[in-house]
Amino acid sequence: MPRIFAYVLHKNGVADDSAAEMVAAAKKIDPVASPIAITTGFGPEFDTVCSGLCDWYGEVWKIAKEELAYPNAEVVRKALLSVLPQNCILLVAHNHFGIDLSSGLSIKLNAVFVPDVVSIEGLQDVKLKVVRQEFGGQVSAHVACDVSSGAVLNLRPGVFKPTETAPLNGRVVDKSAEVLALPTKRRFVKMIAADIGGVDITKEPVLVSIGRGIQQQDNVAIAQELADAMGAVVSCSRPVVDAKWLEKSRQVGSSGKTVKPKVYLACGMSGSFQHLAGIKGSPFLVAINKNPKAPIFQVADIGIIDDILEFLPELTNHIRESVPSKR
Amino acid sequence: MEILVCAKRVPDTSENEIELNRAGNDIERDDLVYSINEADNYAVEEALQIVAREGGNVTVVTVGSDEDEEILRREMAMGANRAVLISDDAFSGSDGRGVATILKAYVEKNPYDLILTGVQADDGAAQVGGMLAAMLDYPFASLVNSIRVVDAKKLEIVREIEGGNKEVNEIDLPCVLSVQTGINEPRYVGMRGIRQVASVEIPTLGVSELGVLASSVGEAAAKVKRVNYFVPAAGKGAEILHGKREEVVDKLIELLKAKGGLR
Repeated sequence: MPRIFAYVLHKNGVADDSAAEMVAAAKKIDPVASPIAITTGFGPEFDTVCSGLCDWYGEVWKIAKEELAYPNAEVVRKALLSVLPQNCILLVAHNHFGIDLSSGLSIKLNAVFVPDVVSIEGLQDVKLKVVRQEFGGQVSAHVACDVSSGAVLNLRPGVFKPTETAPLNGRVVDKSAEVLALPTKRRFVKMIAADIGGVDITKEPVLVSIGRGIQQQDNVAIAQELADAMGAVVSCSRPVVDAKWLEKSRQVGSSGKTVKPKVYLACGMSGSFQHLAGIKGSPFLVAINKNPKAPIFQVADIGIIDDILEFLPELTNHIRESVPSKR
Repeated sequence: MEILVCAKRVPDTSENEIELNRAGNDIERDDLVYSINEADNYAVEEALQIVAREGGNVTVVTVGSDEDEEILRREMAMGANRAVLISDDAFSGSDGRGVATILKAYVEKNPYDLILTGVQADDGAAQVGGMLAAMLDYPFASLVNSIRVVDAKKLEIVREIEGGNKEVNEIDLPCVLSVQTGINEPRYVGMRGIRQVASVEIPTLGVSELGVLASSVGEAAAKVKRVNYFVPAAGKGAEILHGKREEVVDKLIELLKAKGGLR
């Protein structure tokens, strides 16, 4: 059985949620696996991360170097190559960092790469079978890969549920000395914090959220009128921001804002996992979409199969009639 | 600056309901509307804007079949100077690594200062750009939403990270960047533009032209294989409101009132 490693990201002295999820994923590959955490960073906060990971992992490989203080995938890749053994399986979260790191790492390790894994069916001999999604989540695919020369698996965040277990009291193994110089052709310069914007959608209890189905800028007014009638605020998914129809600060999703409303009206959006990742707190979710195959219907409480450009104005009119103050 | 953009022709998921074929080994592809992968189109636009400022040429390449030529022509109508179709029976069934191997062979014979890809395509894999960079020993950055040429040797790029935050990086040329949607506003391509490039010769390159080892690509070399497609068993699924639109509207209003959705 190949050794299983999990690369753990962290921020402000706290390990990413994927740390526990990757333990659960490792057990899907091998029920008796004792995965090893591997993490990179620098400074006292990083030491806290490493000792915290000992609750979840029997062994935590720590690479502490000043060049690794900020997680630059180009530098981290080189550091990992110095310490990872041949033919291992490495788990990484499929987020902005995993997308940056893993595909190139798989080439350097001469290992197979499977991105955005949503389920693991198991390992038989050298054949690992996993599930991925394609075509915007409309269909799933079983994918088989040959892990005889190792594998890098990027796991979709949030899908592997950690199991409650007693803290393992693992040990930290300092691997820093095995990593020599880390020259890089890509250098971190600075961070740019997200715009707050005129309306803070993260604090709103009711959101009318629009996706690609709104079709053109002029139609945004249809959603705004509904939101006004409901006493709600308009938010959106990525395509609406890409088209410059709404400000970035209105975007819900992993590359936008995380919202926690009581009621969420998903209008004309497919429900990509990146979008759903930005909706927390299990709101009452109503999906309106003319495509009955849209993945949003899998997660919504209430589904309406209709064209939002016709349905929303009618909804607005009825609300105005039924709520006297909105007349 | 000489820029290569790697593009792919994909079924347009926003226009199509994707269904499985009977055998379950592929999606039902008849009647699907195909177009250039959206993120790749942003990458071409970005390349065109860089070349407009800095000078140089934009080449668009795709690994595929004759049918894929249409997206190359479309991107030439947008303004790309050259297009290359990489196509050979030996390439079919390649996994991500195989496609990267093919592109590496092309780039080694035809060097570029900058290589762009879209952030991801229809398979949601987001893998070929990073693999190609690693094979070429070029630096790589993904999820790029701004590119500024600093000088002939380096770029300043902005990457999207979590929560709408961004990070600024400096990256040496040559490099590979995966471009995020929304980086620019891709120009419109009319029928007239497409007609103007209808007769432009687009070279097709195969195993022999690229000098790629046939055993390193294609189905036989693929270590990552799709076994089948399936539609996952529905979770709890939404309760669908049926009926005339007016009835559905009234039902929804009652529900919204009960859940605090009307204030």
